[in-house]
Amino acid sequence: MSKKTIIPIGPYHPLQEEPEFFKLHVDGETVVKVDIELGYNHRGVEKLAESKTFEQAVYFVERICGICSTSHPIACCQAIEDAGEVKVPERALYIRSIIGELERLHSHLLWLGLAGHFLGFNTVWMWVWRYREDVINCLEIITGNRNHYCMMKPGGVRRDIKGEDIPTILGVLNGLKKPLDLFYKTVNQDPVLQARTRNVGILTRQNIIDYCGVGPLARASGVAIDVRKDHPHAAYGMVDFKVITTTKGDVFDKVDVRILEMFESVSIIKQCLEALKKTPGPIDANPAVIKAGDGIGHYEAPRGEVIHYIRSDGSNRPARHKIRAPSYVNVATNRTAVVGQSIADATIILGAVDPCYCCTERMAAIRVDNGEKTLTADDLIKLSWDKTSRLRKELGAAGPVLPLD
Amino acid sequence: MSFATSILTKSLNVFHCAGSPCNNCDIELLDTLTPRYDLERFGITLVGSIRHADVIMLSGVFNTKALIRAKRVYEQAPKPILVIALGNCACTGNIFIESYNLDAPVGKHIPVDILVPGCPPKPEAMIAAVAKLIAKLKGK
Repeated sequence: MSKKTIIPIGPYHPLQEEPEFFKLHVDGETVVKVDIELGYNHRGVEKLAESKTFEQAVYFVERICGICSTSHPIACCQAIEDAGEVKVPERALYIRSIIGELERLHSHLLWLGLAGHFLGFNTVWMWVWRYREDVINCLEIITGNRNHYCMMKPGGVRRDIKGEDIPTILGVLNGLKKPLDLFYKTVNQDPVLQARTRNVGILTRQNIIDYCGVGPLARASGVAIDVRKDHPHAAYGMVDFKVITTTKGDVFDKVDVRILEMFESVSIIKQCLEALKKTPGPIDANPAVIKAGDGIGHYEAPRGEVIHYIRSDGSNRPARHKIRAPSYVNVATNRTAVVGQSIADATIILGAVDPCYCCTERMAAIRVDNGEKTLTADDLIKLSWDKTSRLRKELGAAGPVLPLD
Repeated sequence: MSFATSILTKSLNVFHCAGSPCNNCDIELLDTLTPRYDLERFGITLVGSIRHADVIMLSGVFNTKALIRAKRVYEQAPKPILVIALGNCACTGNIFIESYNLDAPVGKHIPVDILVPGCPPKPEAMIAAVAKLIAKLKGK
């Protein structure tokens, strides 16, 4: 009978930048089970968002994640506009799409580089990140910042894209064509990359449907889910683009989908820039008050659909702000993808999801030995009261009366 | 200048310790290693284990769960070690300071040698911080 070993990865480990904890149960070299423990990134974002005004909340949600740092603001603004029935000017919609697609380019390039790093192929990392700098430059030209662009506001955008900047942006985009072709060829022809990624970490179409997977991960398994197409927002209803899908669902397909999406992104930005020349007008609707109501904002972030829900009670702050990020569903697919693979492949499979834990961690779920248990807000409050009364007993102190006493 | 300081200020091995970050400082830190900034020219590399580190880069606000682990990482580090707090979150707690799940800034719990403000700091700022730190250690 074989003996099972548990290999802990994390929370501080060289694989990924964020703290997270994987427990790999291995039998010999084969992974038989994986446990994922999160909670190192929970900052209480939803609660804090309720203490900010609508304008501040947009800056605040930007700081949920540094990689999708325009996806959260767009979704948040759309939720606020939905709640307050604000009409956004067309020029602002195009600018939102341009920033969103530039972000997708930088995020996919970032992931492609890191994928090379996970495989121990650091040349890929260095080359890809060298060209990512061009995209970051482009964002700096438009927004003034390398990251955290601060471009969105309820009702529009903060800064306009000037007519004289358009040739510069087009120059950067045209310059990207050659490296993108190079990456596409490298991935499709390099024997090392092929050997490490083909038939590794397969997720079938049914797996994706079972886990409700979204984004490039789902599209690599043949599920054509893309909020840009299914529920057009920003300028996506006004431009022409394809939803890229592949069928196999292994790591290779996930790389492939992301590279092909970058070509689409370049094409979307070019169309938006063309439209921008013909669409003068204001960039901001300047809503004075946000009416009471509920609003939902979707946005296709680089990792999949991000949803923001906002309830406005007519004041200048959200009464409730709920966020669901794509990695929340995508990280769970690891429980299927890693099983049966060798431990050396586990790194790239765990990385292929493009996980973003800082986006994900909005709730606390605690695993206990006799099964799984989810703690509700009431449970958490009760636990807190329990702890307070225990401490009081230990210290012999008497404070204000708790509802529990 | 002591022997340890003289050794410490040559090719720095950096261990990156992120606690509840938004990833941006972390990405910018990796950016300094890639071809445009290329800190590896000066022998500055990221290491996978705290046992090999000369410098710990702290980024993020460190919530209660991550802080326990980060302190353990600091205790395991070979001394003397330099600690850099990277970004507004690690310096001050930034926009998250009122959160129920953290006790910011991280400098209260781990002795920090140098603060690099910015959200996120530009790669140039990080390079300047390392240069200043080395100059300070050498007593210049």
